[in-house]
Amino acid sequence: MGFTLVVIIRWQLAYPGSPVPYIGSLFGTANAPGGIVLPEFYNQLGAMHGTIMVFLGVVPLAVGAFGNYLIPLQIGAPDMAFPRLNLASYWFYLAGGTVMLASFFVPGGAANNGWTSYPPLSDLAPGTGQTWWLVGMAFLINSSLLGALNFITTVVQLRAPGMTWFRLPFFVWAQFITAFLLLLAFPPLEGAAILQGMDRLAGTSFFLPSGLAVSGRPLGVAGGGSALLWQHLFWFLAHPEVYVLILPAMGIVAEIVTNNTRKPLWGYRVMVYSLFALGFLSFIVWAHHMFLTGMGTAVSAFFQTTTMIVSIPSVVILSSLILSLHGGSIRFTTPMLFALAFIPMFGIGGLTGLPLGLATTDIPLHDTAYVVGHFHYLVAPGTIFALFAGIYHWFPRLTGRMMNDTLGRIHFAGSLVCMNVIFMPMFVQGLAGVNRRLWDGGAEYAHAQGVLSLNVPMSIAAFALAFFQLFFIVNLFASLKAGRQAAANPWSATTLEWQAATSSLRVYRNPYEYSVPGASADFLPQHLPADA
Amino acid sequence: MLQWLGLPAAASAHAGDVDRTLALVHWLMLVLFAGWGLFFLYVLVRFHRRAHPVASYHGLRGRWSTWLEGGVLAAEIALLAFFSIPVWSARVDAFPPERGSTVVRVVAEQFAWNVHYPGPDGRFGRTDISLLGPANPLGLDRTDPAARDDVTTINQLHLPVDRPVIVYLSSKDMVHSFTLPQMRVKQDVVPGVAQPVWFTPTRTGAWEIACSQLCGLGHYRMRGFYTIETQAAYDAWLAEEAAELAQ
Repeated sequence: MGFTLVVIIRWQLAYPGSPVPYIGSLFGTANAPGGIVLPEFYNQLGAMHGTIMVFLGVVPLAVGAFGNYLIPLQIGAPDMAFPRLNLASYWFYLAGGTVMLASFFVPGGAANNGWTSYPPLSDLAPGTGQTWWLVGMAFLINSSLLGALNFITTVVQLRAPGMTWFRLPFFVWAQFITAFLLLLAFPPLEGAAILQGMDRLAGTSFFLPSGLAVSGRPLGVAGGGSALLWQHLFWFLAHPEVYVLILPAMGIVAEIVTNNTRKPLWGYRVMVYSLFALGFLSFIVWAHHMFLTGMGTAVSAFFQTTTMIVSIPSVVILSSLILSLHGGSIRFTTPMLFALAFIPMFGIGGLTGLPLGLATTDIPLHDTAYVVGHFHYLVAPGTIFALFAGIYHWFPRLTGRMMNDTLGRIHFAGSLVCMNVIFMPMFVQGLAGVNRRLWDGGAEYAHAQGVLSLNVPMSIAAFALAFFQLFFIVNLFASLKAGRQAAANPWSATTLEWQAATSSLRVYRNPYEYSVPGASADFLPQHLPADA
Repeated sequence: MLQWLGLPAAASAHAGDVDRTLALVHWLMLVLFAGWGLFFLYVLVRFHRRAHPVASYHGLRGRWSTWLEGGVLAAEIALLAFFSIPVWSARVDAFPPERGSTVVRVVAEQFAWNVHYPGPDGRFGRTDISLLGPANPLGLDRTDPAARDDVTTINQLHLPVDRPVIVYLSSKDMVHSFTLPQMRVKQDVVPGVAQPVWFTPTRTGAWEIACSQLCGLGHYRMRGFYTIETQAAYDAWLAEEAAELAQ
């Protein structure tokens, strides 16, 4: 769904003002008369693509699905601590998702103020789409909060005997820290959403300053509020949110890398400490999204410094993953391909964060396509690749069948090439000064003319990317029905989720005891007694 | 590196500092990516299952990863301390005196830039929200003595070259972002917050003002024009505008 929206966006950017082929007539005359996307609709697509991808796509999949499924299995717990809470979390998610998607069909359409929903624009947006967005967000935040509580309790309380903290698989650590981020970062946005809802429905002015005049007429509101306040509240959530998207991905990649190199994770403890550092620091970098709102030297120096510091634990984790490959015996399985590609792709995303995190170099780059390229490298060939890796890796655990390798490899190669063709030119466009969120992709501006032609290959790559996902979808459903039968532990893994569940599960060793000198097999599962 | 990055033409006094920092950061990124990338490719080939059938339990030994991370941190601290923070501080703390600068107000609205020059008296006339109208988008009170000589334009910003410029920014409605790509100037304009920005143009030319914050349906066409010209040409333009006002 989120991806469909962006395919329409990419059509509009490559061919502004041309009718969208085939599906253009489905959008209705209010959005796209004759199949031509109107700015109103374009802005809805932009805002909802971001919202859906983050809050309905990646978070539920990375945290909700992978976390709920794997945490109890990996720590040897019978189930999550609070099954009913889990169900409530799911129903909140369903309600939030339904509200979000239904908002496309209300008069005026869905929210169209960017996923950041900056007031006064969002406060004053006509129609009810923005209000639906706020209600949907409130549901989704509650869903995440309940899930986070459940994760924390489960990890603290329900570890199997012998599963000490430093015997936890890295994936569990990543989910554990993520749960704290969700718990601490989401409530401010829920509060902010309620305040914005009050502004929209009850005539308050939390985010509306005095003296506003819209369309040449003074606005009849009390005023006295602060538009900047929303930005602080929003980014106080949304920066930790970035790590909510990233940490589970790192967890998945670490599991798959160590399994497919047949050796322990290099620097496991330091990586865990780095997770703690990331979790803590992610709360004190939020204003690097706001350098250009009028920040003095002292405040900007603080946020630039914290931003540079937060890059260090990411560097530690990423370089540990690379160094982990050294000395391994690398199996290039389909999940491993995705996990390996994650490393340089995430690296590009991380490195391009540097010039954005420094206030001075943020001046030319802020709100340009460079930013869009930066965070897409983190979440698309970064996080989403990790999720694909996870699906290919744990599919046999879930279904008892293997996914098809050939289809998986086609899916991998096609996705890798297409994603780079889509996102790499964004850096070129951004450096040339092309802003984001432009209905015509910047065609209005002289400085954009030299790089506009890049939009055509980028968009073609986006359509091709959609095509290559068919291989995945077909693979998923065909393997479910007719995939090769999987052995109980098809990857010869050490962690508990691959071992037959017994009530007397006990843990005897560290999570990744691969290629232990003198052992008979190249892996020693966590639950086997010493030298059994 | 700079030509390679393909930035818009640089035409202000501080543009060189910004661009130099940007080039340095990209050098750092390139070195790190190339270094990691080569090592990554090397281990993929060297430790492929066929080339290395039995994995080593201990893996890499030695402390050079710590040195590497320390090096990254040191490079980042250097960028911060010697480039980013000083350049930023000069932008926001070291405003030039108004005497000796060109001073102008720019008021953003959906989807235009209203430009307000103080005129020969150097004082901006009073503005009032109740005076807003199609012919008076600034709500300028022409009865105020300070307002009599004020010149206003829409989407047309003229500035003299080689003289500091102070722009007092404000917004009537939404969050906008005042962007002069060739000046390396970008400043969010948040309603309710008065927002000054300064720079010194060093080259003459005619370019475009862009809006960088989503401000509504017409955001993509919220484009203005700015002209950097010689002092004489600027004075002539201002006189022409003032003459039009007198009619």
